[in-house]
Amino acid sequence: MAVPILKQNQFLIASIQAALSDKDLIQLRDDLAELVGRHRARGVIVDVTALDVLDSFATRTLRAIAYMTKLRGADTVIVGIQPDVAFSMVQLGLTLENVATALDLEEGLSFLQRRLEDGRHGS
Amino acid sequence: MDPEVRVRIQTSADVVVARQEGRSIAARLGFSNSNLTIIATAISEVTRNIVEYAKEGEVLITLVENGSRRGVRIVASDRGPGIPDIGVVMRDGYSTGQGLGIGLPGSRRLMDDFEIESTVGKGTTVTMTKWAQ
Amino acid sequence: MSQRNAAAAGTSSPESTFDLLRELVSHLREKRTELREEWAKRITESRLLTAMTREEVFAEATTVYDNYVAVLETGSVEALQAYARDLSERIIPRGVETQEVLGIVLLLRDVLARSLFKKYQLDFNLLNRVLDAYEPAANRIANTVAVGFVQERERIIRQQQEAIRELSTPVLRVRERLLILPIIGLIDPQRARQLTEQLLRGIRENRGKVAVMDITGVPAIDSAIANRLVQTVEAARLLGATVIVTGLSPEIAQTLVTIGVDLSKMNTVGDLQGGIELAERVLGYKVVPVDEGAPRH
Repeated sequence: MAVPILKQNQFLIASIQAALSDKDLIQLRDDLAELVGRHRARGVIVDVTALDVLDSFATRTLRAIAYMTKLRGADTVIVGIQPDVAFSMVQLGLTLENVATALDLEEGLSFLQRRLEDGRHGS
Repeated sequence: MDPEVRVRIQTSADVVVARQEGRSIAARLGFSNSNLTIIATAISEVTRNIVEYAKEGEVLITLVENGSRRGVRIVASDRGPGIPDIGVVMRDGYSTGQGLGIGLPGSRRLMDDFEIESTVGKGTTVTMTKWAQ
Repeated sequence: MSQRNAAAAGTSSPESTFDLLRELVSHLREKRTELREEWAKRITESRLLTAMTREEVFAEATTVYDNYVAVLETGSVEALQAYARDLSERIIPRGVETQEVLGIVLLLRDVLARSLFKKYQLDFNLLNRVLDAYEPAANRIANTVAVGFVQERERIIRQQQEAIRELSTPVLRVRERLLILPIIGLIDPQRARQLTEQLLRGIRENRGKVAVMDITGVPAIDSAIANRLVQTVEAARLLGATVIVTGLSPEIAQTLVTIGVDLSKMNTVGDLQGGIELAERVLGYKVVPVDEGAPRH
């Protein structure tokens, strides 16, 4: 497991440390899918603060992570996209549509917590 | 004296190498961090095409001069299947989902100069340059 | 002396052009003081370089004259190019204009040409050959100086525009998590990019959650600019921030949608006040439709 995944209550947090190969990204996707099921996690945070490039493959894989975890009952939020990276992404037309994003870990957890509460109150 | 780096592209790990080399060479020209990211991202896109469709190719990264301007030039070439209709692929708004040429119109937007040559059955060469102000 | 040289320069071989130039140069050096004064006088009469004092004009005139003659002698414009850039850097902030610089160089060309006329007027053929040798070089000099000046001027203008843009697009943090980005003036591609970078940096540094981008002060919005604004909104979303665009009238919004700009990703409100109110509601997490505020999923 190239990317360490931590469990915090009902959430999983994957912190990407450095540039990942395609293989590692696919591995992350599969690990998260499996762990969400195993721990019945309700939320996933993928922290990409350390990534200096998010190209079309990485974006597709992040979208795949959000999709696969959703199928297993968890919301995913991507946090830590750097300003320069965000700029390049929109120039390339990679908008990560339909995937939740937040500024950082703290915001991401806030978001997941709210989603959880909204879910409980059936809104 | 001017650095020149050639990176063999076969696996996706090479994509990472190519863009890191590109970033470090471009850094010598004093590009801002946002431009370095842009250059690295454009390199990532075109070399990824090589891995996915041509299986093998090469990226050449050099510093170039044009009068008083200096820039970084990336030549990504392969002997893959080639692109049958470049016009279609380079049209803005072309799907960034699946299909050949993902990221090519985007790379053109990111870089200053952009040229693509492709012959079906022979291969493809993308030449792109970013100039430092 | 001119008779002797006229006899020697009977042929039209390349060496004689070279000899002519050499003789020309030595003549110009010999007459340096009087020709330079003549030139400075004509500069004043033509009311050029009025931004400079007479002493300054004379000092620069001396250097230009010497550079001029050096180009005739060596055939190389490198030193002249360097001087032209240096001179431009100094006089542009003083308000000296392109036509003035070109004007004085052409005046010098004329002053020197007349001096050559006077010297060789007795031998028409020789005069022609002297002018044939002189004119291309003189034109090249005028060109070099003009181009150097214009390039320097353009560089300075670009720098100033950059500085103005930086000043005119501040990102303001008005309260916790709420940023305002008032935009005034035209938006060209460079400015759009600068806007985006400033906004993203502002979001990161201030941990902004909502940004109100007010374009009331932008006189013209076309589809290209609108698309760039959409891109800015998308980039901000990647950092978890919602952008509310204010100052986009419903009519303009409708027009943009009609020409195919996708405004669905933008929250738009008529005026800045309304935008701020909406932003506060969003931040208060009160009852708010799913489209506004919460990160999309």
